[in-house]
Amino acid sequence: MEENKYEGLNLPNYNIPEDIQNVVSVTTLDRLYNWGRRWSVWPLMFGLACCAIEMIAAQAARYDMARFGMEVMRPTPRQADMMLVSGTVTKKMLPALIRLYNQMPEPKYVVAMGACASSGGPFKEGYNVVAGIDKFLPVDVYIPGCPPTPQALIAGLIKLQEKIDKQSIRKVRWYQKGKADPNYVPMPILGPDLIDVRRNAEYKEAAARKEGAA
Amino acid sequence: MTAPASTQILDLAARFPDVVSTDARPGFSGFIVKKENLVEVATALRDEFGYDLLSTVTGVDYPAENKMEVVYHAFRTIGGPGIVFKTQADRVEPIEVPSLINVWHGADFQERETWDLMGIKFTGHPDLRRILMWEGFEGHPLRKDWKEAFFEEETKPFKSRWPEGNHLYAEFRNPYRDNLNFPSGFDPEQYQPQTEDQLYFSLERSSIKPKDADLKTDSIVVNMGPHHPSTHGVLRVAVELDGETVTSLKPVMGYLHRNHDKIGERNTYLQIMPYTDRLDYFNSMANNFGYAITVEKLMKIPVAERAEYIRVIMAELTRVQNHLIFIGMLLNDLGTLYTPALYAFEERELILDIFEAVAGARMMCNYFRFGGVVRDIPDDVMQKIKDLVHDRLPAKTDEMERFLNENEVLMARLKGMHVLNAEEAVRNSVTGPCLRAAGVPYDLRRADPYSVYDRFDFDVAVRYNGDMYDNYLIRFDEIRQSLRILEQAIKQIPQGPINSQKPQYQVRVPAGEAYGRVESPKGELGYYVVSNGKPNPYRYHVRAPSFINLTALETMCKGNKIADFVALLAMLDIVMGEVDR
Ligand code: SF4
Repeated sequence: MEENKYEGLNLPNYNIPEDIQNVVSVTTLDRLYNWGRRWSVWPLMFGLACCAIEMIAAQAARYDMARFGMEVMRPTPRQADMMLVSGTVTKKMLPALIRLYNQMPEPKYVVAMGACASSGGPFKEGYNVVAGIDKFLPVDVYIPGCPPTPQALIAGLIKLQEKIDKQSIRKVRWYQKGKADPNYVPMPILGPDLIDVRRNAEYKEAAARKEGAA
Repeated sequence: MTAPASTQILDLAARFPDVVSTDARPGFSGFIVKKENLVEVATALRDEFGYDLLSTVTGVDYPAENKMEVVYHAFRTIGGPGIVFKTQADRVEPIEVPSLINVWHGADFQERETWDLMGIKFTGHPDLRRILMWEGFEGHPLRKDWKEAFFEEETKPFKSRWPEGNHLYAEFRNPYRDNLNFPSGFDPEQYQPQTEDQLYFSLERSSIKPKDADLKTDSIVVNMGPHHPSTHGVLRVAVELDGETVTSLKPVMGYLHRNHDKIGERNTYLQIMPYTDRLDYFNSMANNFGYAITVEKLMKIPVAERAEYIRVIMAELTRVQNHLIFIGMLLNDLGTLYTPALYAFEERELILDIFEAVAGARMMCNYFRFGGVVRDIPDDVMQKIKDLVHDRLPAKTDEMERFLNENEVLMARLKGMHVLNAEEAVRNSVTGPCLRAAGVPYDLRRADPYSVYDRFDFDVAVRYNGDMYDNYLIRFDEIRQSLRILEQAIKQIPQGPINSQKPQYQVRVPAGEAYGRVESPKGELGYYVVSNGKPNPYRYHVRAPSFINLTALETMCKGNKIADFVALLAMLDIVMGEVDR
């Protein structure tokens, strides 16, 4: 039996007798944990815009994302590990998106697919467009393109797997003790424009300055 | 050549001498109707002259003349050119124009959109709420004096980018360091967001309450979406249910409103082309087509002969691909999880390969130019198209039909389940396959031929029952007809240049207006462009078939079970990029 190197579970330099290699691995807890997660990143089934179509194409026969353990699209956030922001995030959509993110259990990852999710893309100047989802959510991987081809998407997801490989249970932010849920993003409010409640003071000050100038 | 959007066949000014005048501005056509008599004239147009299909309603802002104009395009479902009429209101609040919702119900969402984005009040509209933005949003963004937060200059190319090339991040220029704009003195802590009561009241009003029922039941409101796997994107629908029966329903949209119109008016004519790709992102070629012929109409330029054929080939390939996906997705929604969709995507990939080979991109082709297309089809790609059209696609369509059409479960689910009848469809301005499945043979490729469609021999696919099964089968019919057109186009395509113009970044477009429309796979895709002779359009509006077809959703679903709603929505074949623009 060949060494279990593709899944990267067994640590190198441990010589396991040949006849038990398929049942025994010597490894660290982190490695075991990451190995489990990297092959079962379940995305939230969630299409925002044009990029979502390429996401579907990546799931379909020719590109077949299932090879990377990412084909189990979950329509409910409570079963999803990864939010693939596949398209333009509008201000009107943002509260719904944040609510979904807050409902996802940890560990959770965010992948910004395409120019729009990364920065606003071609629609950045639009009055209803959020110029990049990273203004609200912690993005793990950005995938450039408009839309990224399925190959690019898969490459981005492999990057995410590599990122997972390097994590340690003790250090990841969601297992830190004593801090109030560090991933919770407060809900923005739809007012005269989008209100990010974390920045209220800043808005107030700028609006007052504007009044002074007027 | 395409027929002009409106011709003066009908002399409306003679019929209504004091009320209607001919629009005499250079480059403009149609009639200007006094707003007090608008309903009267519109009723006459519908009943006396047979303009039964209202295509678009949109507004144009003329701050220099202190006027707001509402532009209507109406057509006859028996075919032929349409009529354009306008009405004007002074630009002083409140700007009011009578609503035409009682004449053409298809005006419903479009009037709401005009109210939302231009701030024109339609008196008599029963449910005039914002449609794309949220209640409480500040201002009406499509007015010429409304500036977005990242506003830099009126028109592109921005001086900071070209020729100087030293622009600053948009975030740095804005006082809020973001894409935001608050009224001065705004205090976010004191702000009370508006509730959605109005939405729910609008449901209440139209609901049917059983008066004499013994059992006291309560109706409940269910919100589906904007995150829901079967709403095909970010559509939200507020449904009022009595048990499982839908008593009232209102779509809520705007979750993908990407401000096409506003960005379009800042762009130059050519810069808009890639944006049209992103309207109906399944069919970028069809979107390009519509926009190209509209601007060509304004510029009064011919299209190179070979390019006409290339355009038709691309548009029809797009249609085949769209309908295959429709079938796959419909079956997905019906519960045949994934298998048919995977079959459909396999064929789609082959068609996308062709797009990629000619245009360089799989989905966002950006392939058409004014006067032609941007690149020729290489010989080997032509051979691929031939193989697809002659062998692969017909065989695969047969295969799908063999597997699915006679399937007992499918037939039991679809047959006899009413979608729309002809009268309901026309009243709600529904176009495309849904209209044709209801027995109205209205296909722009025949009814008002554009490009070279008049040279091909094909039938307009039409079915008469208007049930789900017909709506499903008509997609196969259309694939077959598209393949027929493709075969002829491949045979007839001449050699020659692919553009009648020199390649250029900045086109000269004389002042005037044009409305161009094509039969996109989803229905009538129209563009209304007003030019004032500058390098940027003065007004750019998209008549999106998905958006307007949604007007009929309530009619379709009322009285049906909530489980049918998913299938009925799938029948409309909407794409959110186009619904919200
Ligand atoms: S990045 Fe491009 S393809 Fe993706 S959502 Fe934005 S516009 Fe569409």
